[in-house]
Amino acid sequence: MRRVPTKVLVVTGLLVALLLAGVVSFYASGSPDGLERVAEDKGFLDREDEHAVADGPLADYQAKGVDNDRLAGGVAGVTGALVVLLLAGGLTYAVRRRPPASAKRD
Amino acid sequence: MHVPDGFLDAPTSVATGVAAAAAVGLALRGSRRELDDRAAPMAGLVATFVFAAQMLNFPVGAGTSGHLLGGALAAVLVGPWTAVLVLSVVLLVQSLLFADGGVTALGTNVVLMGVVGVVVGWFVFRALQTVLPSRTALVAPLAAVAAYVSVPVTALAFVGLYAVGGTAPIPLDALATAMLGWHAVIGLGEAAITGLVVASIVSVRPDLVHGARPVLAARTVELRTPGTEAAAA
Repeated sequence: MRRVPTKVLVVTGLLVALLLAGVVSFYASGSPDGLERVAEDKGFLDREDEHAVADGPLADYQAKGVDNDRLAGGVAGVTGALVVLLLAGGLTYAVRRRPPASAKRD
Repeated sequence: MHVPDGFLDAPTSVATGVAAAAAVGLALRGSRRELDDRAAPMAGLVATFVFAAQMLNFPVGAGTSGHLLGGALAAVLVGPWTAVLVLSVVLLVQSLLFADGGVTALGTNVVLMGVVGVVVGWFVFRALQTVLPSRTALVAPLAAVAAYVSVPVTALAFVGLYAVGGTAPIPLDALATAMLGWHAVIGLGEAAITGLVVASIVSVRPDLVHGARPVLAARTVELRTPGTEAAAA
């Protein structure tokens, strides 16, 4: 059986994720999601407080200062994906089990 | 299903915040068993993919949309403890950078999507795997079923929290019916995406899929003869 190297799989997967966040996201539905819809129908959507970072540079997945909507969403999506990659990758890399040589416990 | 600030009262938000912190603390310990040099890059990939996929709201009819929660997907791919960490990172970034999910509601969202979604997804997957034949080809379909179940259960968990600390008086049976109704449909999208992604990785590298390991281990034991076992050791 053909064995795809881990590095190839991970890099391909990351490129797919960046494509989804940077390009495909433009075509996502803008309708309210299930919870928002229920909150609206049942009359508690107005309980929502304004978000603390509602005016932040990436709020609502639109990069501030970029006029083109498609580009603003793409920049926001790619930035978010890279931040998540750095944080989650760094965290799991730090937590991971070391090879036996450096593992003194266990 | 990102809960904004203001839906739940302060005591409930503090309680879910404490619960979320405890869950992340436990997950930091538990994930050590799941993460080795091979699995760690997968965890980064899964987090990035879940973030990207959560941006892709799909229409479910009547002017309503849904998106992947990703708890079952992450649990099957990288293991349940690591999945809790992965979802927590995604929810943290969404809340602080994208104003998606309240800041005081971060604990609530971690409890709902990062803990309930992951735990339900993982246990449904493992339960099905235990009673059904041990086949690699079953990993993706079972992940899809587990993903489906996780969505309405997470929606019900929100209703449970709302019952404790909702800020507007809403009849709970009506709230539960509405949440279950929409999320029973949204779950179909969750199942489709989860099944597709797990199937593609299982088809090229089943050994990198946490949930496929029991199946692969069973197969290895059957094929192993005393000679090869000694050589492997």
